[in-house]
Formats: sequence, C-alpha cells, structure tokens
Amino acid sequence: MNIFELIFRRQQKNSAAVAKERLQIIVSHERSSSQASRDFLPVLQQEIIDVIAKYFTGIDKNSVRVELQRMGSCSVLELNVALPEQAEENA
Amino acid sequence: MVAQIIVITSGKGGVGKTTSSASFATGLAMRGFKTVVIDFDVGLRNLDLVMGCERRVVYDLINVIHGEANLQQALIKDKRVDNLFILAASQTRDKDALTQEGVERVLQELQRDFDYIVCDSPAGIERGAIMALYFADTAVVVTNPEVSSVRDSDRILGLLSSKSKRAESKQEPIREYLLVTRYSPARVARGEMLSVNDVVDILHIPLLGVIPESQAVLNASNNGIPVSLEKESDAGQAYLDVVARFLGENRPHRFITENKKGIFGRLFGWTNREKLEDVV
Repeated sequence: MNIFELIFRRQQKNSAAVAKERLQIIVSHERSSSQASRDFLPVLQQEIIDVIAKYFTGIDKNSVRVELQRMGSCSVLELNVALPEQAEENA
Repeated sequence: MVAQIIVITSGKGGVGKTTSSASFATGLAMRGFKTVVIDFDVGLRNLDLVMGCERRVVYDLINVIHGEANLQQALIKDKRVDNLFILAASQTRDKDALTQEGVERVLQELQRDFDYIVCDSPAGIERGAIMALYFADTAVVVTNPEVSSVRDSDRILGLLSSKSKRAESKQEPIREYLLVTRYSPARVARGEMLSVNDVVDILHIPLLGVIPESQAVLNASNNGIPVSLEKESDAGQAYLDVVARFLGENRPHRFITENKKGIFGRLFGWTNREKLEDVV
C-alpha cells in the first residue's frame, strides 16, 4: 500500500471485514437449518398434499407452497395452498 | 499397523485439492512413510498430471474396482521419491462407477501395505466426493480465503460429520484440519482478503497450515513436480511444514505476514512482490 492508496482508501469499508460478517451470518444460519429444516420440507410438502387431496380432488404438487423463513431468532413456516376452483365449489 | 486414510477435500473446485494432495502425499513419503495417493475425480483426472506420471497410467482405480486389473498393476511408483505410489482415476468413466463396496475393498487391500492413504476428492458434494470422504479417518479441508470457498468448506464439514462411515456407525468422528491455500499476506494487510484468523473463526477447526499464493505452485504443476519437492520455494516449504505438523511436530506458521519493505517501498509501493500479486 502506498501513501496515495492510504489516503483514497480510507473512505471505503474494508471488504475482508464485510466478507467475514456475511459469512458468519450465512454459515450459522446454514448450520442450524441444514440438518433440521431443509431435509424435511419436501416431505412435509408431500404429506400436506396427500392430506388435502383426500378432501379436494384435482390438487397437485404445484398448488402447495411451503417456505421456511428465518428472521432473527424466530422462524416462520409459510404455507400457501391454492385450491382448485372445482373443489372449492363442491366444498 | 493399519494405514490411516486421509481425504483432501473442499467442496469448491479450483482451491488446490490436487496440488495439496500431491504435495502432502509426497511430503509423507519423503519422511519415510509408505504412502499412496488416490485420484477420486473419475472422468476428470488430473493428479497424474500434477505428479508428472500421466504417460505411465495403464490401469486406474475403476479398473481395480471392477476387477479388470489388480492393485499391483494399477499402482504407479513415483520415480523421484521412494515409498510413494499413485493410483489414477479413470478418464473415460463417470463417478457412478465408484461403488462403495469396491472403494472399501481397494482401501482395505491398500491398508495392509501402506502407512498412509491420501484420497484426492473431486469438487462438489456428489457421489465422487462422498466416496472419497466416506472411509476417511482424517480430513484436510482445503480453503481459499474467499467467501464461496469458506461457505463450501463449512458444508463439507457438515457432510464429514453426517455422511461418513465414522458418522453413520457412530465411531469416533473424523479428525478435521484446515489448510488455507492461495494466501496473500499483502492483500490481507490491505483488508482485501479474509485473514487466516477470520477463516479459523468461522470454520472452528484446527489449522494445519497456510500455503501462500505463489508462482512456485504453477511452475511446479507445469513441470509435473509436486511443489513440496521444490524445497527452496515458499509454497514447498509451507507444505513440508504442514506434513511436519500433521506428524505431531510443533512448527510455527510462516508466510502469513507481509514481507517487510524499505521506507521507499512503503511510501510508493515499489516492490516487485506487490506488483506480482496485483497481476495475479
């Protein structure tokens, strides 16, 4: 680093520090979620489809969306089921 | 004594697994241990090139697994270092040709004759990588001080503790070591690169060594010579330190701080070294 770089770089945030901070967040997130949530989500989704299909005909795997979001210290499981129009009328 | 199985792994490609496998195995053999290094990158073999024995490959790991050749026919004896053998990967097959039973049989047979078996893992977390780590006693996780490599290393650490034989059979877990490669102390000093302490903080495994970014690595692989045989070079010495530490010796870490420059160099950045690194 020379004297000119020293003057001009002062304003920029140190990129290694940014990298470390980002990595610590993503790595701790992936460690806590890798064994638990990631693996069971597809199974959970399939089981939900199976249950709903017992009561509504014409439901397929694209009608159910399961998402797990982590916000700070709590996780939110979001379930979105689009019922087929026919089934809705019958119910 | 039953040979110890060491996997050199990383998740991410291009971080220096093959270079490290070649140099680490060569270093162990230089210390008098009978060592074999196996290329698990079926379909994309390169260990033979880095070791300089590409024209001597007749039979490979897959041939042995499928019973088309025996181990004695497939093992290539290194011409420079006694006690060093190479088992190449197949270039024409794919990773599905690696069966767990086949790999186990080959490793068991090698364990009778050798002190150390070094497994050069392919990149990724697919079959080839899992087969390379499955039977390991020790893992050396090769990591560049860069975000994607560190994240992938963490992923591999997860697999070592869940998908390996030791994990599945609830034995003592695989011993894990960190090897940081392509390290540039000058860039770390400028705050442009994660420091080795940052990487250790994130991955939380013991540090086996730091290999500096070095011209010697490319030179050595150009010539088909494991860089640990280039005893004058920084990277070569760093790999020999790694082997010594692995064998239980206490060696301080080198090549992790910037070379001191003169007062003019500090003021105006006039050093060849820094210019070189800027180009690289």
